[in-house]
Amino acid sequence: MIRLEHIHRYFQVGEQTVHALNDINAVIEKGEYVSVMGPSGSGKSTLLNVIALLDQPSSGRYLLNDQPVTQLSDDELAKVRRENIGFVFQFFHLIPRLSAAENIEIPMILAGVGVKERKQRVLEALASVSLQDRAHHRPDQLSGGQLQRVAIARAMIMRPAILLADEPTGNLDSKSGKEIIALLEGLNRQGVTLVIITHDQNVGDRARRKIRIVDGQLS
Amino acid sequence: MLIKDTLTQALGAISTQRLRAGLIILAMSIGIASVSVLTALGESARRYIVNEFEALGTNLVIVLPGRTETLGGQPPLFGETPRDLTLEDAEALLRSRHIAAIAPLTVGSAPVSAQGLERETNILGSTHALRRVRRLTMAQGSFLPQTEIDKTLSVCVIGQTIRNELFAKQSALGQWLRINDRRFRVIGVLASEGQSVGIDFDEIVIISVASAQVLFDTHSLFRILVEAKSKPDMYQAVDEIRGIIKARHEGEDDVTLITQDSVVSTFDKILTALTLTVAGIAGISLLVAGVLVMNVMLVSVTQRTAEIGLLKALGATKRQLLWLFLAEAAMLSLAGAVLGVILGYVTLAILQAFYPDFPMELPGWALLAALAVSLITGLLFGVLPARKAANLDPIVALAKR
Repeated sequence: MIRLEHIHRYFQVGEQTVHALNDINAVIEKGEYVSVMGPSGSGKSTLLNVIALLDQPSSGRYLLNDQPVTQLSDDELAKVRRENIGFVFQFFHLIPRLSAAENIEIPMILAGVGVKERKQRVLEALASVSLQDRAHHRPDQLSGGQLQRVAIARAMIMRPAILLADEPTGNLDSKSGKEIIALLEGLNRQGVTLVIITHDQNVGDRARRKIRIVDGQLS
Repeated sequence: MLIKDTLTQALGAISTQRLRAGLIILAMSIGIASVSVLTALGESARRYIVNEFEALGTNLVIVLPGRTETLGGQPPLFGETPRDLTLEDAEALLRSRHIAAIAPLTVGSAPVSAQGLERETNILGSTHALRRVRRLTMAQGSFLPQTEIDKTLSVCVIGQTIRNELFAKQSALGQWLRINDRRFRVIGVLASEGQSVGIDFDEIVIISVASAQVLFDTHSLFRILVEAKSKPDMYQAVDEIRGIIKARHEGEDDVTLITQDSVVSTFDKILTALTLTVAGIAGISLLVAGVLVMNVMLVSVTQRTAEIGLLKALGATKRQLLWLFLAEAAMLSLAGAVLGVILGYVTLAILQAFYPDFPMELPGWALLAALAVSLITGLLFGVLPARKAANLDPIVALAKR
């Protein structure tokens, strides 16, 4: 599903060149549950950005579903992201002026799905994260755990095969954090490939496969 | 992304910044209102003048004695006095096949009196053809009778003001009117015409041209009004008039011919240029409004950096983001335009109430142009912020929170 071959990523910071990813080779199969751990500055965010197609590697090959994606244009990447990858962020990234339902609807709006189908799918998604009664609440009227559930519903609304979670519990109390992890693991059991990036040893240890990254190299 | 969704999302974004959006709409509407009001004023002035000239009659050629032209070179050693334009000249013009009617004119000022009341007024000597050429309407009685051009007649036609002042309490028809030391019988009263390009027909006494020449002791004509049979005939008539007069004036081309449409088109051009200039100056306020729209959109993009990053992560293409922000700018501008047009109409209505005689009307093309210009301004000034949004790096944008 995800195949990384000799991925390098350099950043130019002033005079210095930072080698954020140093010869990363990894294969993640469909339906896997992977955690990526490492100290801050180790390159895990860069790795996530590369996997998420938000960032292009400086060199190396990246095959997504056996298709090389390193040479695609911005708009082609946007389309691949839309159809294949769901995101969950540490800071939720919900749009404050939109209600929970409207936030969940956005990926379908971008994909040009018709209004009727959108409403139907938003209802299903809200039900799947047990937030039917919060559909018309705006983000500032929801708790952290609820916000992250809305974000997960949004991530899954296009039924992507891959779910990338960047510190999904990093901003939550431990009880909400456990609920969110349970929700994500539930999705993984339904066949979604789950990649969680985290600091939290307890969260990382739950994954069936653990990837450690230090100084831009897998260890 | 569906067009309707783009618009809905843009509207949603605008509605979160109501005050800011309101101010921008106000700025845009002032621009649009000033452009449309000034265009309407200019256009109305143009139409007013053009109508005035067209009311003179149609296919009109005016023959003036003397020739004005700038040739440059040496001034003539001996003063050149142009030959007078005479009644015989006027009569000769009737030989042209292209001419439908001629009305020779002699003007002068003289005291007129009736029953002890006297005033000074303008006397116009002409023929029965004047009525046709100048489209005069009668309130009472009849116009000058059709006779030979050089026959003196002791009858006259008077304007409304003269009638009111000299024959206030009785019917003017059939009364004697004394002009200088000659008596004329009033046979008709003109309907009130109001001012018509320089001549106030309400304050005039019309007598036959031969009588006027006797009265003012002159042989020359002030000018000859010629009505051609049709528009194409008019241009041929001009050549023929020139030919006839030249033949009669010993080969000297010493008359000036003015065609009515040349006068109209000159005024038309001047006033159109004036309207465009004034509208252009007002357009500066539109430009300022455009810059404001750009400013607001730039602020909007900066404030919503995280949102833009998110949309990119969720699979928004550059084109989608571009249109999202352009739609926002276009909506602000269009709302401003609609408000501006309403403001313009209100202003015009107020002006109209103060100046009811001046026909004020916002032409349809100006309305469409105002809407189009505001939309183009909005889009043009929206492009820069929208491009900025579309080109944001999603990683950097998402890192901001």
